[in-house]
This record gives sequence, C-alpha cells and structure tokens, in this order.
Amino acid sequence: MTAALAPAAPPRPTGAPPSSRAGSHPLADARTLTLRVLLYYRRSPGLIAASLLAPLAMLLVFGYIFGSAISLPGGGKYRDYLMPGMFILVAVNGIMPAMNGAARDVGRGVADRLRSMPISRSAALLGQTLADVMVSTVVLTMMVGVGLALGWRAHHGLGDALAAMGLLLLFRFTTNWIGIYLGLLVGREDMAGQLSVLVFPLSMVTNVFVTTGGMPGWLRFLADWNPISAVAAAARQLFGNAVPLQPGDPWPLQHPIPATLAWVALLLAVFFPLAVRKFNSHGR
Amino acid sequence: MSLPAVEVTDLHKRFGTTQALDGLELSVPPGTVCGLLGPNGAGKTTAVRVLATLAAPDSGQARVVGYDVVRQADEVRSRIGFAGQHAAVEEGLTGRDNLHLVGRLHHLGASGARQRATELLERFDLTEAADRLVRTYSGGMRRRLDLIASLVVRPPVLFLDEPTTGLDPRSRNDIWAIVRELVSDGTTVLLTTQYLDEADQLADDVVVVDHGRVIASGTPERLKSSIGTRVEVTLADLGQLDDAARVVASLAGGEPVLDPDTRSVSAVSEPGRRILLPQLVRELDAAGVAAQDVALGHPSLDDAFLALTGSRPAAVPASSDVPKETVTT
Repeated sequence: MTAALAPAAPPRPTGAPPSSRAGSHPLADARTLTLRVLLYYRRSPGLIAASLLAPLAMLLVFGYIFGSAISLPGGGKYRDYLMPGMFILVAVNGIMPAMNGAARDVGRGVADRLRSMPISRSAALLGQTLADVMVSTVVLTMMVGVGLALGWRAHHGLGDALAAMGLLLLFRFTTNWIGIYLGLLVGREDMAGQLSVLVFPLSMVTNVFVTTGGMPGWLRFLADWNPISAVAAAARQLFGNAVPLQPGDPWPLQHPIPATLAWVALLLAVFFPLAVRKFNSHGR
Repeated sequence: MSLPAVEVTDLHKRFGTTQALDGLELSVPPGTVCGLLGPNGAGKTTAVRVLATLAAPDSGQARVVGYDVVRQADEVRSRIGFAGQHAAVEEGLTGRDNLHLVGRLHHLGASGARQRATELLERFDLTEAADRLVRTYSGGMRRRLDLIASLVVRPPVLFLDEPTTGLDPRSRNDIWAIVRELVSDGTTVLLTTQYLDEADQLADDVVVVDHGRVIASGTPERLKSSIGTRVEVTLADLGQLDDAARVVASLAGGEPVLDPDTRSVSAVSEPGRRILLPQLVRELDAAGVAAQDVALGHPSLDDAFLALTGSRPAAVPASSDVPKETVTT
C-alpha cells in the first residue's frame, strides 16, 4: 500500500548495498511483523491443526463423557451450551503461543535484533498480535464448522453470530498481549512452557464447562467474576445458546456484552503498555 | 583527524551486584577492526549492548558515528548492524524469509527487500539452502545467516559479539572472510572475542578488557612485544626436565611451565630481558641437558593475555552447536 505509492527506487549499481531508510514507519513495521508470523504458519501449516486439538479434546471429554451426566438449569441441551465454551477456549488459549513466542524471541536473540533496528516498539508487538488474530480467525471458523457438523446451531441469525465471533477474536487479541507481557517477563522458553499449564485452571474456574450456580460460594465468586465467564456468556447470548439467569448472578453475567468490552478495555489498558515497556527495556 | 566511528568515555554499568563496566574507554577509528578481548564476565558483551542501544549505561558517554547511544538511539540504530551471541534467526522460516523480513524492516519495500535477499544469498553461498527452513541448517550456517542479516543494509558500523563462539574451524574461516571483505569496503567493525587468534587474525587494534575496564590496548604486534621472548626446550630424556627448567628459569627470569607429556619446558622471559640462542644452547650443554629441539620466538597473544590478566583465556573449543546458557554480563 504505502510501498506501492512510494516512487520507484533509483537503480543502484550492482553490489552497492542499499541504505536503511530512516524515519518512522510504524504501519510498515507492523505489517512486516505480521508477515513474519503469517510466514511462520505458512511454513508449518500443521500448527493450525495442532491448535484445534486442545478444544477438540475438551469437546470430547466434556461433550461426550461428562456431558451425559450434566443437566442444565432450564433443561436445555448440554452440548449446545458447551459448544460456545469450546469457541472461547480458542480465544483464551491465545496466551500460550504469545507467551512462548515472546520468551523464544528474547531467549534466542531475535528480540535484540529487532530492538537494535530503527523500528517502532509498539508496532513490532502489534504486528505479531494482529497476525495471531488472523490465524485465529481461521482456527475459530474451523471450530465453528466442527460444531455445526455435530448439530450445534446459532439461533439469532448471521449478524449476531458474526458479532459473537468478533467478540471472541477481540478477546484473543487481548489474551495475546497478556501472553506477550508474561513471556517477556519470564524471558525463558522452558519457563514459559511450564507456565502455559496454568492457562488450563484459568479456563476451568469459569462458566465455560458448567454453570456456576452449583459451585461452592468462594469458587462461584471467582468464576462469576472471571473475565472468561463474561466473554462466554456474551458469546452464548449472541449465538442464542444462553441459559436462564441464575439467582445471584452478578452484573457481568447479567450484561455480558458490555462486561466483555469493559474487561477488554481494562486488560488492554494494563497489558499493552506493560508489554511495550518490557520489550523496550529488556536487558537494559 | 576524522570523527571516531565508536567513542566511549568513562562508561559505567552495574547489574545488581556486578559492576559490568567500570570506567571503560574506547575509541575506534573509521574503517578499522577493533577486537575487544577478555575473559568471560569481563564486560565485553555489556559494552557492545550499550553501543547497540540495547542496554542503558549508568554513567559515562558512548557515541557511534557521533550520535549518542542514549539520546539519539534511533540515529544510532539506523547506522549499525548487530549480531549477538545467539544466531538470531527465525528457525521456523527459510533463510530467504529471514533476510527478506530484515530488508522490509529497513524499509527497502517488498521488491527491494526480495532483491537484496537474493543478492546476499548468492554472494555468501547460501543459495542452495535459501528455501529450506533454518531449523535444518548447521550451526555454522545459522551464524553465517545471522551475520548476513546484519548486512542487509550495509551499516557503517558493525558490532559482533563473539561471532565464532562454538563454531568449527571451517565456519570460523567463513565468518572471518566475510568480516575481512566488509572492512575492505570501509565498514568499521567492533568485535568481542575470547580467542586470541581471532583478534590476531582480524583486528587492527586489540583492547584487552577485564573487570569492566581496559587493561591494555594496541596492535596485536605491540601487545605481543610488550612482553619478552618465548623459550621452548624439548628433551630427549624425561629425567632431565628439572635440570632444563633450572637453566630456562635462570635465563628467562620467570617461572617455566613443565609438560611431561611432550617432554618440554617453556617460559616467557621478563619484559626487556633478551635471550640469545647460542647462549641458551651453551648453558643447556653445560648443565648436561640433551635437548632435542630448542626454539625461541615471539610470545603468542595468549602469553600476552596471561601476563596482563593473570588468567588464561578460553581455549578454542571443539566444534559445538550447543547454544550458550548464560547471557549478558
């Protein structure tokens, strides 16, 4: 885009190396870093299939093993309730590749190489998160395809269904920034790998798999106020898979869409500057 | 006199309880190679990281082609190339992808970056491997690609942090050849190394660093001649090792090194003390020592280093692609 508008570079004699064009090009930098992640997936297409495995395994365990023994308040079909939960796993799992990727970049010196170049810090990280959202769009679409094939349906029309997917991808974008910050914080690939395991309990203490009404009080409090619960409730509302509100449901579950947007704004306001600052100052 | 390519004045940097830089001074004239030589933890890497704008100094000043690395970091960044201790290339991409992306980050445009990647791959003999994932490259190829990535735009100043650590001799020679070629085109290179022969081979000036400050500097020749003559006597009979050591010690004035495996005695004479070959042979003969081989020569940079720091630098290791665990001191 900007490249196409730029005047053609004058021909230079063979062997004479070009010189770096100084000045600020944050958009071009972000696009290049986006390209880096997309190329990574293009060279290893198996990664996309691999990121489907975790939600599919959960679907098998909860939808077909535990699910037969779970009944919903209001008497809806459990698998209809569960399926949007599987979609949100795609969004929550954004923490893991971002954390591992950031730790890998630091550990292997790629972050140093980027930081020794005249590129915008926030653009560099933004490029990576945007690329991840693009890849996640593919993964989420495939996951929705699986759901449709198994008999799950969105009941509120295409517009609301697309809005639900938009919210899920927005949340994936948010979890990416959390992951980048944590990855830069630990700075070691092996440690990031270990920490990834913690994402699992984070997505369990929610309404993703079961409604929170039957949990002990303190656990229900954590689950009800877990941002993941708000996003799951918002997706269910838009897909038309919501269960009736429980007595004692707090504000975020009564108004899941504004709650989701508020959580996203809050988390980004915290983790975007933290991640950029950490990236800029690593090893200083 | 023209502006120094790199100028460092009274640089201090502390990490926790470690004083990594303790008043470092450095001046590198344009178009030359400066070898920063020192043991592990001497502060070499920290010095290069400060110069490459990756670390902020606590006090003191560092300028690259006249720009301050703290206040004018972006000006510095668009004039330097940096290759750190790791091969900072993306393993999940091809060699061509890696160079292409670096070109785009230097704003050469999509086609400019692609063209430059192709040029570099041809020039540095990586065309065959260009479209393979870097994951399949040998350690030497990765370092070569990493070095080339810092040349996508020809920077006036290039920082190389231990560019050949862990490489086999052939790959080291490849890297050395690239550095020589750059310098002949006018690039200024500041490289850190633990290997004396590397500094000897590449550097116009060697700066010996220990505990974060400069303890000696000059041409490799001058450093070597600042200490005495190297004596080595190889014996026919192991039993005479002590006799030979006495003779060598009396002439050199220093403590000789005995090596029973090679039946040899060696020493470096005190500065200013000359040893002449006939005299050495005469005295060995008078002591009844049957010498198989007697050699006098310039001390190696190794000896110079020992004399200056009191410790041996790292030996050239066997080929190893294992990435180093420790970083940044």
